[in-house]
Amino acid sequence: MQQIPVILVRHLVKKFGTFVANDDLTFDVFKGEVFGFLGANGAGKTTAMRILCGLSRPTSGELRVDGLDVHKQAEAIKKRIGYMSQKFSLYKDLTVYENMRLFGGIYGLSLHDLKSRIDQLLGQLDLRKQRDTLIADLPLGWQQKLAFSVAILHHPSIVFLDEPTAGVDPFTRRQFWELIYKAAYEGITVFVTTHYMDEAEYCDRVSIMSEGKIVALDKPAALKKHYGVGSMNEVFLRIARSEEEADSR
Amino acid sequence: MKCFCESQGVRKKQIVDSIQTFGAKTLHRLLAFIHKEFLHIIRDPRTLVILFGIPAAQILIFGYVISMDIREVQIAVVDLSRDTISRQLIHKFDASNYFRVSHMLNSVNEVEKILKSGSVKEVLVFESGFGTRFMREGEAMMGLIVDTSEPNTGRLVASYSEALIADFNRELAMAGRLKIVPAVRMLYNPALQNEYMFVPGLMTLILMLICALMTSITITREKEFGSMEVLLVSPLRPMQIILGKVAPYLLLAFGDVLLILAMANFVFGLPVKGSLMLLLLESVLYIGLALSLGILISTVSKTMQQAMFISLIGLMLPSILLSGFIFPLENMPLFYQIISLILPPRWFIIIVKNIMLKGTGFRFVWKETLVLIVMTAIFISISAKKFKIRLE
Repeated sequence: MQQIPVILVRHLVKKFGTFVANDDLTFDVFKGEVFGFLGANGAGKTTAMRILCGLSRPTSGELRVDGLDVHKQAEAIKKRIGYMSQKFSLYKDLTVYENMRLFGGIYGLSLHDLKSRIDQLLGQLDLRKQRDTLIADLPLGWQQKLAFSVAILHHPSIVFLDEPTAGVDPFTRRQFWELIYKAAYEGITVFVTTHYMDEAEYCDRVSIMSEGKIVALDKPAALKKHYGVGSMNEVFLRIARSEEEADSR
Repeated sequence: MKCFCESQGVRKKQIVDSIQTFGAKTLHRLLAFIHKEFLHIIRDPRTLVILFGIPAAQILIFGYVISMDIREVQIAVVDLSRDTISRQLIHKFDASNYFRVSHMLNSVNEVEKILKSGSVKEVLVFESGFGTRFMREGEAMMGLIVDTSEPNTGRLVASYSEALIADFNRELAMAGRLKIVPAVRMLYNPALQNEYMFVPGLMTLILMLICALMTSITITREKEFGSMEVLLVSPLRPMQIILGKVAPYLLLAFGDVLLILAMANFVFGLPVKGSLMLLLLESVLYIGLALSLGILISTVSKTMQQAMFISLIGLMLPSILLSGFIFPLENMPLFYQIISLILPPRWFIIIVKNIMLKGTGFRFVWKETLVLIVMTAIFISISAKKFKIRLE
């Protein structure tokens, strides 16, 4: 693995009034890596991700995305990242092709590049026949896979995925992760939040957040070894328990 | 030195190139986005119905309701003459399908009271000596006092009355050259100011409905579905997103203006008396104003229901009631008159009425135009501020 940080976070703090959502986060994400961003609901992972995407401004801290300063070069960053939100997967009243053309257009791809890229991605998904089908008429799993393809349509350096597999069956999740690996292999760094612990096993490295802080960050195998357990699920439970103990003390 | 100049030239060319490609790329992005917005509109038949079906139906309904015939309108009579001629004419009114004589008054002093009570729409007045004068001089005056507080009905009542009298004259003329001259007096709204008010009024309300309601809904829809986030992460700037959402509606609302004016002209024979160009320009200004109101509503509402509620109850209802479209502003309590001042439709109605019905030029509507421009500027700056705050 090349050790070039494409996301560099130093002492990130985000406060909403007196509530501290992100409490002094420091971490790096390396090029071509699949980085899992884990934590219970309300741990602050979505807040941190929104800041990295430019949807929210940090209270303080140094942040670089693809070498660019989040404070000063937010607009330039936007062109180099892809984003797949948890809530939204494509416009349902538009066809597969129309959705792809829309986002290709928004990201400034020329019509020629766009056409070959769409053809390539649809081929990968085996969805060439569904090119002119409305998104509403496709099963949810296909919609999610397409949404991912749209998020990497413009060859971003980094793609941010916010709980991309929520509500999808295990088989489709599996296929979804194959797409993620393919993208990572092509050099796209993947930053993914999830609360499926089996998915955490697929990541190159994971960070686990609790109450606004990063409490663990390493390769899944190393974490399992450190806590002396057999699965990421157990790692997560161990961490949650020790946090609870710390709280009660 | 030469080298330096060259490199500077190259540099300049590079900058120009980058500006050009930037502009072209931005436009490319925006067009892709606007195209998508059109697809949304075309895919949803309900949107098209709201955009074109409702305006057309409204114009037809209002137009036909207003130009309907009158039937059995109650009238009163003051007959101080009490002769054969006056009695014959009164009988003719009563026998027609249009009128029914419901009150016989004893004096002219009662006229005001009975008209104000609303129980009759018209009073026929025969002075004492009407019959004798008629026989002696071959011509006599009679009075028609018409309540025109409902201008269209009032106008119809007056013209039907005049037609009946003309008919009566013809019957009498067989016997000799005799003539009754009706003196028509219209009360409460003598200039018939609201005549054909329905076209300017409807145009004002329909544009407000389409622009404010539809844009506020379409923008909140992106928020509700979560697509707004994806757009905000993309290279599109917030202002471009808003512009892209609003541009199709600007075009469609303009189409509505043309549709309404065409229907007024070809279906109801109501042409634009003044400059069509001026009217269209004012319409674009008003559409812009309504769109910026829609944007403002979308910045304060989180869901489509909320946006719809604010647009319909908070905006449409006061616009219908306080714009002067249905209820004359002059008759309202001062409080409501003051509230009406901040409602854009109130001003646009005056502009359309002036250009369309009276045929006046810009000289007579510049004040109202200025008010609309100032309002637009205020709404745009507030929504720009709100939109930024939301991003924090």
